[in-house]
Amino acid sequence: MSTLAHVFEAEGIATIALGSIKNQIESTAPPRGLWCDFPLGRPLGIPLDPEFQHRVLSAAFDLLASSEPVFAEYDVSIVDDGTEVMACPLPPRHDPNAHPAIDEANGLRPAYERAIAKYGNRVGAGRTVEAEDITTAIDAFIRIADGVPWKEANVPGIPARVSQDIRGYYETAALALSDHAPSAWAGTRWFLDHTEAGKIVMNARQAMADAGEKQPVWFYMAPGDR
Amino acid sequence: MADSDVKAMTAGLDRIEFEETAFTIPVPLNEAKVAIVTSASLHHPDDEDFAPADTGYRVLKSQPRDYVMGHWSPNFDVTGFALDINTVFPIDRLDELVANGTIGSVADEHLAYAGNQFDLSAVKLDSGPAGAKFLKEQGVDVVILTPV
Repeated sequence: MSTLAHVFEAEGIATIALGSIKNQIESTAPPRGLWCDFPLGRPLGIPLDPEFQHRVLSAAFDLLASSEPVFAEYDVSIVDDGTEVMACPLPPRHDPNAHPAIDEANGLRPAYERAIAKYGNRVGAGRTVEAEDITTAIDAFIRIADGVPWKEANVPGIPARVSQDIRGYYETAALALSDHAPSAWAGTRWFLDHTEAGKIVMNARQAMADAGEKQPVWFYMAPGDR
Repeated sequence: MADSDVKAMTAGLDRIEFEETAFTIPVPLNEAKVAIVTSASLHHPDDEDFAPADTGYRVLKSQPRDYVMGHWSPNFDVTGFALDINTVFPIDRLDELVANGTIGSVADEHLAYAGNQFDLSAVKLDSGPAGAKFLKEQGVDVVILTPV
């Protein structure tokens, strides 16, 4: 963002750069920078809270009054303590002959469709794998977790992108199963730690790492601190 | 797993230093045309998805607001944007600021880049200036940059 701010200002456009990471926005020094201590992915702070978003924008536009480069810190922090998990009732087992992750993904399909109908498909499946093929993707990761080399497991795309589609499918479905806007990362923790598909993704990722596959191939299948 | 752990991983990302800080004084905000530029890799469903390490940009029309997140990084929360596009791309908020006279107008077209780049030189030398030219041709006075 800061690089663009510098370039745009040089072309005669005034900018205000919001920043989520303090040392990053400080070190890159955009002409007008506002550090907002909010979780990554939420630069305006709180979804579905227009009043809060307006306060952030007001603080940003206030920087236009400065006659020289300026850096400011927004006066409210939103801190993720790493513990909150979405409370989503998972569907009961339906097909005892199916792998638990496959059965689970099939069971979440109605919730996924409800969420898509309500919010649109903003982060769900469809980058590489459509919703109707999510179980095919999970099945490929099951094979990898069981020891099949990833290039022989029929992964329907680049593993990181396929993993994003599975995570997007689950986190979108979760929105229809929860009665409130989740805090940041609560959906990701639910997916990775509390669902069968999340465990399969992590197991496949670990299997690829253990097999000596190139790090970029498996690393981006999950957030980097995992 | 916590947000602070993920933020700590960004310490090694590419940063470009500018010898001088360019600075533009805009027209008064209540006369200014405002655009949003985000690094959230947003695009319209029928537009080209972002490739890995894609340093280009996509044009985001103000309508329809059917934006899709095409980011390759897994290192951020996605549910905020899934629930409310304004968490990342505050287009509805800008419309409200026009209605109450705080800002002059909202651009019809905005830009999305892909954040988390490992090499920013192409953004500095190519797609950044091209994006600025695109916005200038629209008469944009002020840009608010939102990171993801």
